[in-house]
Amino acid sequence: MNLRRALLIALPYAWLLALFLVPFGIVLKISLSDMALAIPPYVPTLDIAAGWTGLKEFFSQLDFENFVFLTEDDLYWRAYLSSLRIAALSTLITLIVGFPIAYGMSRASDAWRPTLMMLVILPFWTSFLIRVYSWMGILSQQGLLNQFLLWTGLISEPLTILNTNIAVYIGIVYTYLPFMILPIYASLEKLDDSLLEAAEDLGCSRLQAFWLVTVPLARAGVIAGCFLVFIPAIGEFVIPSVLGGSRTLMIGKVLWEEFFSNRDWPVASAVAVVLLLILVVPIILFQRNEQRQREQEQ
Amino acid sequence: MNMVQQESPTVFAPWEDPEQKPLIRFIDVTKRFGDFTAIESLNLDIYEREFFALLGPSGCGKTTLMRMLAGFEAPTEGTILLDGADIAPVPPNRRAVNMMFQSYALFPHLTVEQNIAFGLKRSKMTKGEIADRVQEMLRLVRLEPFARRKPHQISGGQRQRVALARSLAKAPRLLLLDEPMGALDKKLRQETQFELMDIQEKTGTTFVIVTHDQEEAMTVASRVAVMDHGRLIQVATPDGIYENPNSLYVADFIGEVNIFRGHARALGDNRYEFTWAEGKAPFTAVSERDDIPASGPCSLAIRPEKIAITAERPEGALNAIEGTVLDIAYLGSTSTYHVQLPEGQVIKAQIANNRRISRRSFNWDDRVWLSFTETAGILLPGHG
Repeated sequence: MNLRRALLIALPYAWLLALFLVPFGIVLKISLSDMALAIPPYVPTLDIAAGWTGLKEFFSQLDFENFVFLTEDDLYWRAYLSSLRIAALSTLITLIVGFPIAYGMSRASDAWRPTLMMLVILPFWTSFLIRVYSWMGILSQQGLLNQFLLWTGLISEPLTILNTNIAVYIGIVYTYLPFMILPIYASLEKLDDSLLEAAEDLGCSRLQAFWLVTVPLARAGVIAGCFLVFIPAIGEFVIPSVLGGSRTLMIGKVLWEEFFSNRDWPVASAVAVVLLLILVVPIILFQRNEQRQREQEQ
Repeated sequence: MNMVQQESPTVFAPWEDPEQKPLIRFIDVTKRFGDFTAIESLNLDIYEREFFALLGPSGCGKTTLMRMLAGFEAPTEGTILLDGADIAPVPPNRRAVNMMFQSYALFPHLTVEQNIAFGLKRSKMTKGEIADRVQEMLRLVRLEPFARRKPHQISGGQRQRVALARSLAKAPRLLLLDEPMGALDKKLRQETQFELMDIQEKTGTTFVIVTHDQEEAMTVASRVAVMDHGRLIQVATPDGIYENPNSLYVADFIGEVNIFRGHARALGDNRYEFTWAEGKAPFTAVSERDDIPASGPCSLAIRPEKIAITAERPEGALNAIEGTVLDIAYLGSTSTYHVQLPEGQVIKAQIANNRRISRRSFNWDDRVWLSFTETAGILLPGHG
């Protein structure tokens, strides 16, 4: 009985160890190494055959040089800050767009709900890359959006949207919107209508009832949605490289360039380790929110 | 006890006093949802300080009636007056009417205290007044130690009391209770019923309660309205409804009843001869109703506890029939005997278990005599 229990607990931990901790250990090790023109492009590499002396030799060559370098070149911290800002602002916009959609879905009749839910999930049936590329066709100078605006006469010159930060925001909000809608919808759907009637009965106007009952009860869903958008948006690479311009500074893009353009694996790994450390804080907060919500539901 | 007001020795019965102005008047109220008629041209007066019960099976319109009082539904036709004024244009948040919801509808994100204060904060009261009122309410429902708990941290019975305190906090002219004890177990429900009556008396608020539990309605209410298919079938005091049901529907709905279908013939002096089976001695029944035909189809309804069981035919009994004990339902304080007549009909007779069960006089398959007095049965016109 105890063995089975131990096995049940051991399995997910083994999974976590193999798929998260081991790769993280490797990346951490590379970040402490030096760049080299070799395969793999860094030194030192562990030579197990050399035994104890080899191991000592190996550890003595590891240092924090790359992390120090990250603080010296202002490109990196500016990229981190810029990523945080873009992620935060996109999260806010996603919330502003997503909340009314989730609210509308939760108020819709039972017959309509599965259809609306389907419409939210439908974009996942197409590759994320294709969807981001298709935004190029919409946002470019000769794109659908500009053609439409010129046709309506709202503008006389085509707008430059593609390859700017605005395109990045549009891309992130578009891509991550379902992650905002679904948790908010889940919390609003559980909302008992009699709570709103009770609020009205006790003297609230409709609007007051919304602010005093609906919004606080959707809080857990809103927080969950915000984290689900914010966390991946910080490290986002595809959207800024496809839709953003040369001036768009995001850490995911920097990371990619360090790895593949500069082939500087150690510095790239250091960037990745720092990014992970930055993300640990919101991830812990997210877990706490989920736990508190579970406790409340008991 | 709920019918007698402490300050005056007279019986509380404002509905019998033509001088009294009702607190609520339904005048020809009809409510339709599409093709479905939930309430059909209903007239009803409810008086101040009454504990009024709306009783009926689900779908009979009782909840719709209550929701119209709260303001969540508007009548399709007719008028509802509160204190003599039409309430149709008053939105629910401005009505001096509060409601206790069947699900309690406590705000899960607020503490017990904050839940009770919720309505008070929408009024013009100062912070100090609100705090005092909340304390008063917590005392009334004996929840002071739980003031800072969230609804999910207290028991079902406590939640029910929070809901009651919250709906009473604004001192409404009228309190609506939608199946207030539906979620409680039987024992707790009985305790709560007396508590509710006590609180109603203390606060002097008019209560309208919706329930499908006839025992509950009988216990708490000063008057009971029995509803069916959007109509009021009978409005009367609990004993009036039980002892003098105006129809077979009410007689059957409230408590247990045996129904004989037969033919009545007037003997004069309010006495009737009731023939119910070929070759059987007719029953004699007394009725003061004026709608009993001089000779025509009638039904006789008799409560099980009004039927006596004896081994021999009792001397001088006007109404007596013989049968065989088919079943005995032992309920603790009473036993219900199911006695089958030779014609096949099964009659229920209830007797108090005032001696130990091992010493009971009758057993399965025993031949017994059932008898009842001429005033025990209720004679009703028609066969329902």
